[in-house]
Amino acid sequence: MIEVDEVAVSLADVDVLEGVSLTVEAGEFVGLVGPNGAGKTTLLRAINGALDPGSGCVRVDGDRMDALSSRAGSRRVATVPQDTSVRFAFSVEDVVAMGRTPHRDRFRGDEASASHVDRALERTETASLRDRRISTLSGGERQRVFVARALAQDAPALVLDEPTASLDINHAAETLSLVRDLVDDDRAVLGAIHDLEAAGRFCDRLVMLSGGEIVAAGSPEDVLTADALAATFDVESVVTPNPVTGTPAVTPVSTTDETTRQVHVLGGGHVGARAITQLRAAGHEVTAGPFPHGDTARTVAERLDVPAETVAPFSELDRETLARTRERIADAAVTVLADLTLAPSAVQLELASAAPRLVVVEERPVSERTSGGDRNARRYERLTAQAPQSHIDDIANAVASAATNPPDTSVPEEYRLTKDDLQGTR
Amino acid sequence: MCNIYLANENLFVTVSNSRFPAIVAGLLVALVLTALTSATIGPVSIDLSTVAKATVNAVGVPVGLSVTTETGTVLGVGVPVPTPSLSYHYPFDFAVADTSETIVRKIRLPRIVLGASVGFALAAAGTVMQGFFRNPLADPSIIGVSSGAAVGAVAAIVFSIALPLPLMAFAGALLAAFAVYAIATQNGETPVATLLLAGVAIQTFLGAVISFLLVQSGESLREAVLWLMGHLHNSTWAEVEVTLPLALLAVGVLYAYAHDLNVLLMGEADAHALGIEVERTKRLLLALSSVVTAAAVAVAGVIGFVGLIVPHVMRLLVGPDHRILLPTSALAGASFLVAADTLARSGAAEIPVGIVTAAVGAPFFLYLLRRREVHTV
Repeated sequence: MIEVDEVAVSLADVDVLEGVSLTVEAGEFVGLVGPNGAGKTTLLRAINGALDPGSGCVRVDGDRMDALSSRAGSRRVATVPQDTSVRFAFSVEDVVAMGRTPHRDRFRGDEASASHVDRALERTETASLRDRRISTLSGGERQRVFVARALAQDAPALVLDEPTASLDINHAAETLSLVRDLVDDDRAVLGAIHDLEAAGRFCDRLVMLSGGEIVAAGSPEDVLTADALAATFDVESVVTPNPVTGTPAVTPVSTTDETTRQVHVLGGGHVGARAITQLRAAGHEVTAGPFPHGDTARTVAERLDVPAETVAPFSELDRETLARTRERIADAAVTVLADLTLAPSAVQLELASAAPRLVVVEERPVSERTSGGDRNARRYERLTAQAPQSHIDDIANAVASAATNPPDTSVPEEYRLTKDDLQGTR
Repeated sequence: MCNIYLANENLFVTVSNSRFPAIVAGLLVALVLTALTSATIGPVSIDLSTVAKATVNAVGVPVGLSVTTETGTVLGVGVPVPTPSLSYHYPFDFAVADTSETIVRKIRLPRIVLGASVGFALAAAGTVMQGFFRNPLADPSIIGVSSGAAVGAVAAIVFSIALPLPLMAFAGALLAAFAVYAIATQNGETPVATLLLAGVAIQTFLGAVISFLLVQSGESLREAVLWLMGHLHNSTWAEVEVTLPLALLAVGVLYAYAHDLNVLLMGEADAHALGIEVERTKRLLLALSSVVTAAAVAVAGVIGFVGLIVPHVMRLLVGPDHRILLPTSALAGASFLVAADTLARSGAAEIPVGIVTAAVGAPFFLYLLRRREVHTV
């Protein structure tokens, strides 16, 4: 029924599909799976005629889709769109009746409309919603209405773009079993489905798309294998038969340690800013500072809602701020020294010494960021001698592995905060 | 695009198809009553029955068409201007006093019928544009039609071009719309957002041209400004003969596309999947509503707000289905403009009707806005 033959599509000079071939027979429900950006939607668009393939062709019921008018094409392929939000107060009946558009004569209308609409509403159990406004329905109800619309369209082929993407599990299963029923009316159905387990459960066959090519095709058991998933989705997983349905159940196994840790970032500028951003993105609870007013890192911290202490311009770090920062550093599992600039006062070094674990990021040599004389440079080197070094791009991993080390409790006497240190600090 | 969709759903009414004819008939009756009442009002009061008789007497059946060609001068070059003229047969002849008959038939009726035609056209075009752009701010002149017409008209006034002013305005309107369309079209596709932005840019540019022309206008400034404000002063049956059929015909064709417009509201990708030739339909809708708007603006100047608020109000009353929305908006627009023009001419000194529509329309629109009723198309 649907025959896709060596279809290639490039959009804006990017090859989205490269030589994809597949067939869907009448009475068959084929699931299209694959990661985001694999080309699933593009393939569906090529099939329903929304875009013309650069090469290859799509035939539905023997006719080339790219040669058909929109009207003739939509009599062959009905589409259930991904986005079913309707911002207009059409009634459910109006929306379903829109499915009759390809059969409608501009002046005579469509005599069969009423009966098709009634049947579609009946079939999808949406008859009770008939007079409701579509914009007041829940996502699951709306999805059924759009399936009803596709039914009213009375086309032999049906394509669905992520019909369950926005639904909770009960509605997703409901929608897919409804689609399953339609297949048994001798329709050819192709659906892009992101939920692998649901795809395995409801589809007769699966086609796995990755990078614009088909990487696996066949029965759900053949396609949903740990190896194929690892190659396509870049995820370690365990595939076991679902005890209830007997179809493949996919359980992703996380390879990264997802534990949230409290991390403090000491040192500002662009290195500090990137450290904050990346640690935050990795899910850590980040604190930072103290920063001079106007520092890049401070702006970033503020934008990411990261608590950070600030030193007002032309004033000194007051005792209270210092105490607060020190406490944060002591509480943090890891403190990152982000290309730390060594001021004449040793305040930052003193603060760093409170950290149970350190990770050091250095972009400039120590000599270039010292204005506090050799003594501070030597202190810095001593303090960081045992600490792991990290490149700024790898900071999240470095922090994760450092966090598993035992805390370093030996705080050298010379880093104790002195009254002198509090003076002359900006 | 600033699409704001926070509609208060409960205020929308879904009207069942079976009630369409009754609603349209009701609005037609309202229009006729408004028109007749309007014809009784003026420096000379004429009672309703006299007006009704004179009006029925004025109903003519076109029985012949002839075309005379006159020569106009543009920049010293003679240009032939074909002028069609219809001959009519008048089947009714009620006894009415001559003065009353003349006032109603020669002065008030042409103005009222032209006002109704213009209101009909603007409201219909506004409805189509709001649906087409899926934007509550869209109005008939969104793709530069009014600005183009204004440039044509003001140029005609300022440079004393011998071509008829409405013709200049009509040509300016269509040129501007076509320019916007051409600029926004790439590879046979006309994205709605690009069209909107191109429209805004061209309107701004043409606004500058109008200002420049006004600065250069000298003696004719007053006339140009009055035209820009929108007016129905000195309306003639000749103007009605061109505008009314054009508006009826174009809105009639638009009505045949009401269902397609509904489907387009679902989004272009969806409309395509439902068998609409999206680009072709968009072209047709744009062309027709531009012609409708141009036909109105050419004879009446820039009359604001009719094309913006009437569709909004009607959408609240009858829902978003263009099969009912389009005819009801058009008829309501006709009644609204007739009423507004009656107000404009009933004071001690006549004021341009554009001032009345905006002065009455804007507060009413703001009232609806505050009641959170108009947040959506």
